[in-house]
Amino acid sequence: MNPARGSLLGIEHLEASEILRILKFARRMNPDRPRPLLKGRRVLLLFYEASTRTRSSFEIAAKSMGAHTVLIQAIGSSIEKGESLLDTGYTVRAVGADIIVIRHPNAGAPYIMAQHIDVPVINAGDGLHEHPSQALLDAYTILRNKKAFKGLQIAIVGDIFHSRVARSACHLLSKFGVKIVLCGPPELVPDIASTLAPGVRVTRHIEDALRGTDVVMLLRVQKERLSGLNIDLPEYIARYQMTPARLKMAKKDAIVMHPGPIIRGLELTSEIADGAQARILEEVRLGVPTRMAILARAMGRMR
Amino acid sequence: MNNRKENTSLLIKGGHLIDPAARIDAPMDVLLKDGRVAEVAPPNKIKSADEKFDARGLIVAPGFIDLHVHLREPGQTYKETIATGTAAAAAGGFTSVCTMPNTVPVVDSVEWIEWLRQPERGAVVNVFGIAAATRASKGAALTDFRALHTAGAVAVTDDGKPILDDRIMREALILGGELNFPVVQHAEDTRMTENCSMHAGARSFRLGLRGMTAAAEASIVERDVQLAMQIPNARLHVAHLSTADALKSVRRGKRAKARVTFEVTPHHFTLTDEDMRDYDSNYKMNPPLRSASDLEAILAALADGTVDAIATDHAPHAAHEKEMEFERAAFGITGLETALALAITRLHREKRIPLARIVELFTAGPARCFDLRGRGSLVRGSVADVTIFDPKKKWTFDVAKSRSKSKNTPFDGWQLTGKVVATMVGGKIVYSA
Ligand SMILES: [Zn+2]
Repeated sequence: MNPARGSLLGIEHLEASEILRILKFARRMNPDRPRPLLKGRRVLLLFYEASTRTRSSFEIAAKSMGAHTVLIQAIGSSIEKGESLLDTGYTVRAVGADIIVIRHPNAGAPYIMAQHIDVPVINAGDGLHEHPSQALLDAYTILRNKKAFKGLQIAIVGDIFHSRVARSACHLLSKFGVKIVLCGPPELVPDIASTLAPGVRVTRHIEDALRGTDVVMLLRVQKERLSGLNIDLPEYIARYQMTPARLKMAKKDAIVMHPGPIIRGLELTSEIADGAQARILEEVRLGVPTRMAILARAMGRMR
Repeated sequence: MNNRKENTSLLIKGGHLIDPAARIDAPMDVLLKDGRVAEVAPPNKIKSADEKFDARGLIVAPGFIDLHVHLREPGQTYKETIATGTAAAAAGGFTSVCTMPNTVPVVDSVEWIEWLRQPERGAVVNVFGIAAATRASKGAALTDFRALHTAGAVAVTDDGKPILDDRIMREALILGGELNFPVVQHAEDTRMTENCSMHAGARSFRLGLRGMTAAAEASIVERDVQLAMQIPNARLHVAHLSTADALKSVRRGKRAKARVTFEVTPHHFTLTDEDMRDYDSNYKMNPPLRSASDLEAILAALADGTVDAIATDHAPHAAHEKEMEFERAAFGITGLETALALAITRLHREKRIPLARIVELFTAGPARCFDLRGRGSLVRGSVADVTIFDPKKKWTFDVAKSRSKSKNTPFDGWQLTGKVVATMVGGKIVYSA
């Protein structure tokens, strides 16, 4: 079965024009001025993984459009008792879900769901694969600060391998001709990452990544993922941590983004996190109207 | 059973015989009698027979042998049984299958090897048991090779898992060498493949799936070939070889006259890691679908005579073990009913590999790997196992009609060329299209 119309499973196969349509609609959305586009609809938030910002962002977005939301978390539900992904899907469909928003630790789980359930499925992050709503809100943030994608360069620094945010961002920005430089040690940024999309390049040197860049996107580096690799935490910090001195290498008006949660003292210093160039909280803020647009689109109300 | 029927003779008439072991590739009639090949002669020379099989326009070949099949018995009859698996084998032209011991419990004793052969199992083709190489396939202590060999096991393996420990593998090859008993290796350094679900490459990176590197296979094959070169009479058989690097090791071993044989699967010579769409777990197997350059290397080795056998690694799984998150889904696909057609379609028609070579890969080649005496050829006196197929017949594989209990295949709906017309085991027709 083909995914239901309005599903958002990833950025990779989304047309550039469709991305612009979503962003344009997001600009018209404001959670403080509710619009009942989803009045009486049921949005099922199926979270197989803990999440604070994405979950609450979708929840607020849905509610501000008049939808009911039901949160199902793996822990303490039938999922924990061994119910399969599809059985959970059939169950929430039978309960009357109009939209399923799913966060899952396994890549592709939303695809499996969408192939079997006849309601729109929205991927809220699947394993290492994609995080489309994050890429869209990041694109919105960039556009708010940079006016247009044309001619931009972005440096994405950190654990690319384990990052669905990075994969979705690369797919999205590549569609608009943004030059993308991925930076980090080979264990976290394998050379193969450059095959992800046109215009993506890999470098090991932070100076190389930052020089002349318009956007710096930092990714969290989990300590436990460094263990067993050839690089230890102090070395990572010495080579890749974003500091005011390093940020000077980027363009003067460069912005700093981070999908969160940030770890001060690891991938960035407090001066950067709280600095004038940081857009980290703006990203969180723009997450809500972006997800309003995504939900409206799912119900065919993005007009 | 009725005695008169037992003694019925059957004349396969008008066909084109390809018997690579006997170097025959010509129109020949074949007379089967008392479960053996009684005579092979040019057309119309053999006059009398109780029954005739009209093989005009068809290829007559020695019965196909599959060295690598998971029949799932004992213990996992919800996936497959010996009865259903061998019915699928017969439909695919296989007259003999070697069944893997990673069952529940593991086939690691003489009792279980004998159990596999009991008539109650309902096998319609010959079933040869491969025994576990280590107790319960736990990799710690070797099984009783001598007793298992005597009981009729044709090889030992811990398939599903590798024999990882250097010392255990060395001991297995030494003891196997003394008994002339092949040790079958599932070559995967599992220390490098934890949580991996497909081949490591651009596609796995894009899909966010952890990848099994080619090195995880090649490093084990390299170690094993080195051991086989050092240990007198050791017999190493590499199961489902899938990478160009592992192939290099095997080539080196063969050049050094080590007793190294290996098989490749139809899916590894047909598909690459780029072919999987939308997390379809019917493309998930172990070893995984590899890169295009690995596939090219395997095609070259099939053509130049290096590959010893095509084996299916038929691995049935129930729908509920497959229709799920890709990373959690079971490894393996079914393959018995599509093997010949894939070989003819991909290797013969597209890559121009002669039919005689393809027949060799299904007959004489595998028979040599595991010393299956009297099989793999139709010379006079051989066992009357025969596969008759139409190399030109176009057909569409419909998994709903599969005889296997499980339907996990990526080839459903594929248009293929080459179809089995009849399968004969011990002189009796066990399948006809
Ligand atoms: Zn195996």
